[in-house]
Amino acid sequence: MQTRRLFLRNSAVTMFGVGVAPAWLSRAAWAAPTAAGRKKILVAVFQRGAADGLNVVVPFGDPNYYALRPTIAIPKPDGTTEAALDLDGYFGLHPALAPLQPLYQSGQLAIVEAAGSPDPTRSHFDAQDYMESGTPGLKSTSDGWLNRALAPEAKPSPVRAVSIGSNLARALRGRNEAVALTNIADFQVRGAGAEQAFESMYDGSSDTILHGGAEDTFEAVKLMQSLQKEKYTPGGGARYPGKFGQAMLQIARLIKANVGVEVAFADIGGWDTHVNEVGAKPAEGQLANRLAEYGQTLAAFHQDMGDRMEDIVVVTMSEFGRTARENGDRGTDHGHANVMFALGGGVRGGRIYGDWPGLASERLYENRDLALTTDFRDVLGECVARHLGGRAVNEVFPGYNRPNFRGLLT
Amino acid sequence: MKLRFLVSCAGAAAILLAAIGDSAFDRKLTKDQQILHALDRLTYGPRPGDVEAVERTGLKKWIDQQLHPERIPESAALNQKLAPLESLQMDTTELIEHYPPPDLVRRIAGGRAPMPDDPLARAAIRSLIAKQERRKAAKAGEDGPAMMDDGPRLRDILEPDEIDTLRNGTPEENRALVESLSADKLENLADAVPAKLRGRLLAAATPEARRRLMVMDAPQQAVAADLAAAKLYRAIYSNRQLAGVLDDFWFNHFNVFMDKGADRYELTEYERDAIAPHVLGRFRDLLEATAKSPAMLFYLDNWQSRGPSPAKPGRKEAGLNENYGRELLELHTLGVDGGYTQKDVTEVARCFTGWSIRAPRQGGDFIYRDQWHDRGAKVVLGVPIRAGGGMDDGEKVLDILAQSPATAHHISFELAQKFVADRPPAALVDRMSKTFLKTHGDLREVMKAMLDSPEFWSEGAWHAKVKTPFEVVVSAIRATNADVDDPFALSLAVGRLGEPIYRKLEPTGYSNANSDWVNSAALLERMNFAAALASNKVPGVHMGSIPGNDADTVARDLLFGDPSEQTRAAIDKAQPDLVAGLVLGSPDFQRR
Repeated sequence: MQTRRLFLRNSAVTMFGVGVAPAWLSRAAWAAPTAAGRKKILVAVFQRGAADGLNVVVPFGDPNYYALRPTIAIPKPDGTTEAALDLDGYFGLHPALAPLQPLYQSGQLAIVEAAGSPDPTRSHFDAQDYMESGTPGLKSTSDGWLNRALAPEAKPSPVRAVSIGSNLARALRGRNEAVALTNIADFQVRGAGAEQAFESMYDGSSDTILHGGAEDTFEAVKLMQSLQKEKYTPGGGARYPGKFGQAMLQIARLIKANVGVEVAFADIGGWDTHVNEVGAKPAEGQLANRLAEYGQTLAAFHQDMGDRMEDIVVVTMSEFGRTARENGDRGTDHGHANVMFALGGGVRGGRIYGDWPGLASERLYENRDLALTTDFRDVLGECVARHLGGRAVNEVFPGYNRPNFRGLLT
Repeated sequence: MKLRFLVSCAGAAAILLAAIGDSAFDRKLTKDQQILHALDRLTYGPRPGDVEAVERTGLKKWIDQQLHPERIPESAALNQKLAPLESLQMDTTELIEHYPPPDLVRRIAGGRAPMPDDPLARAAIRSLIAKQERRKAAKAGEDGPAMMDDGPRLRDILEPDEIDTLRNGTPEENRALVESLSADKLENLADAVPAKLRGRLLAAATPEARRRLMVMDAPQQAVAADLAAAKLYRAIYSNRQLAGVLDDFWFNHFNVFMDKGADRYELTEYERDAIAPHVLGRFRDLLEATAKSPAMLFYLDNWQSRGPSPAKPGRKEAGLNENYGRELLELHTLGVDGGYTQKDVTEVARCFTGWSIRAPRQGGDFIYRDQWHDRGAKVVLGVPIRAGGGMDDGEKVLDILAQSPATAHHISFELAQKFVADRPPAALVDRMSKTFLKTHGDLREVMKAMLDSPEFWSEGAWHAKVKTPFEVVVSAIRATNADVDDPFALSLAVGRLGEPIYRKLEPTGYSNANSDWVNSAALLERMNFAAALASNKVPGVHMGSIPGNDADTVARDLLFGDPSEQTRAAIDKAQPDLVAGLVLGSPDFQRR
């Protein structure tokens, strides 16, 4: 699988000597197709703060939904933008997710209902930690599932695993090289002449740990430099809104630059809607604002990637859902199961997956939350096994030996 | 050919020696190396003049002083810098009163809690209530999302060119802008500025203005900022350096994450009253102080862990929370290979049921709730704990754990890993463990056992550690003798390098191992930080002139020794004004 790439890299070294391979060449080396064709890419999106899945994908066919949420329910589809957007006669998208409706209809977007972590915690902190480590209930896991999803490689691309933000995401920590960046433009050694001097220092250093780390760094810097010089115009007129949009834009740029990205991670906050979740109109308010940025961004990414989407799966998750009943402040409190999205060319979309437990009071988890019927590891595990390949599910999710794939992917 | 063969033989021998590993721990450091080594390990890095000072005092005596920090007069400069950080002296209840959290603001607004006396807190509460009401009005109104945009009001406060500066200006330009604003304007700005620009505004403000901005916006930020500032100030200026290094070690060992709910207000007390007093005392005391701290009880959920309800004896143990029990065994005491089972975890958790917090959101202390305690019989690591016990069940567990050879080994290993090398020689760890057991966990004696060992003073330990982000930032300030009058930018830098202060989410704490600190983004940040610092571009930090005209002198002054060949080659070729930054960002400076 890697022979050709290795050969290219090695010949680059032969031609130009260590450390002086020009940017275009080092970049071209990572882009070389593998024997299996173009590299598969998995993008994981984390909605931090526990998104209210019941108002994201609205179970308008379940009468209990309206009984439980007298003031914050999204109305049944009526063809307007003030009501749910019908998906299958039972579920509908929140109106702020209008940009995603065509993707569902064209079969690129799949939805998994009543999915999430089996751990009963309602602490954001613990639940996010568990979902990113991929080991619900086990706090001592030091690495993250997305890092473990990478197959070991002798000489991987320095940007094969990218985490957007100033800290490396928990999900991407671990043995395999992963890089954190806020944006491509900032990924550089500042100051004229400093980069060369630092590189020569580290390059010749006998300090194996620092030498190795720096080698990856300068390779990544060179890749970024070649990107920094180019102006990036998203494909298909795509427009990325907000901070989450900017994060996905960085990922899009790296993917389109063919620099060897295999997995990427981005997050979007602001979902902890205890108060005034829904505004004066159903399509307004805190949740609507978050969903607008979220939906527009995912649609923009899809637009931007064009045909490349064939190689990409975007999967979204949130640490837990929210209470089925609304609270006294027109919001919802911490709950249990939620909804997950999978978007991509290989996704068998246009369908709602998972068993719907319903919202009848005897079906609620602890008499308050949507019950869980799909473990998040079934969804992520399927993305790893059927899309990325290369790693067994129980290596990526230790102790999870009998995953129940839902058949989201072809 | 022959020569080549010989060379490769020598290479193979070196590899073989490296594989044996411990041999380097048999080779003694020279006297000069020993002093620098002591400063590298027992302080946050040498300052100019420190080597000579240790020479004058004598190494042995200096170490003895550091092991008895209470005998060292504290630096007047440090005390002066800490004085304005008023939250450091408060207990949690006072913190909540002075830096009101949102739910207290709501209670005051609803007349369910009294207005505080402190004028700044009153102003904050009035502003926060007004903000809450505006938000409510906006939500209730017809305008919906558009009302979230505070743009118009920002325009009421600042001129268009000033807004542009705030958005796009350099740090220096932002600073000048903020300094030009009246106190009133600044306060209004706190309210009007959109979240995106808030970070820029805070970074540009003077410490006093920043405190006001934080308190008016989200008061708990000021508590966090004071803590981080104090940690940096102490590391840079304290004369009790070893105590500071050990505070950091033990806080990290008993890590608590600041941003988990009530813990936003608990860490001041936790570090000051639970950790610091015991770092050279008895492990059992330290363990108990953390076990009873609201910070730990909240962080690992033990405060809500209950035994089976007596009314329904047959019921499953729905209220038992094992988080603390598990981490107590795995991280705090025995270690992951310490020979306990899942059954032990559950039994330990049962022993601690009822160890709770009185009103956690209001700064309450430890409380033992007998009605929550599981009164059944337990067996912990083979030791029976009889039925009918109360709070003493937990105390017994702490006794068992603090005396366990596995704990002695785990603690000794971690200390040796921090102070000696990533893979410390087994013989050293054994000696330290024996001391731990013999002295009933006297941590000063364990430190002495390590500091008396040949391994500590060997080539195996010399520069064997990669500095953590906190260490590299602080040691750079110390090496250059820079003066810090506002550590805010430094604390952001430590975060960017990968070690946000008090913000390690997992109970494991930050890693002690070299390789965990070396990744692309972090290395890049180390180089950029070094260059920014040396060119006096880190706000709040003032570099003196770096002595020495030629590159080699600068390198020797900052490294307190000779640079490596590659570093020397690179700085010899570099422009003179880059040299100091290059040295501070060099592989040589990343080691201690």
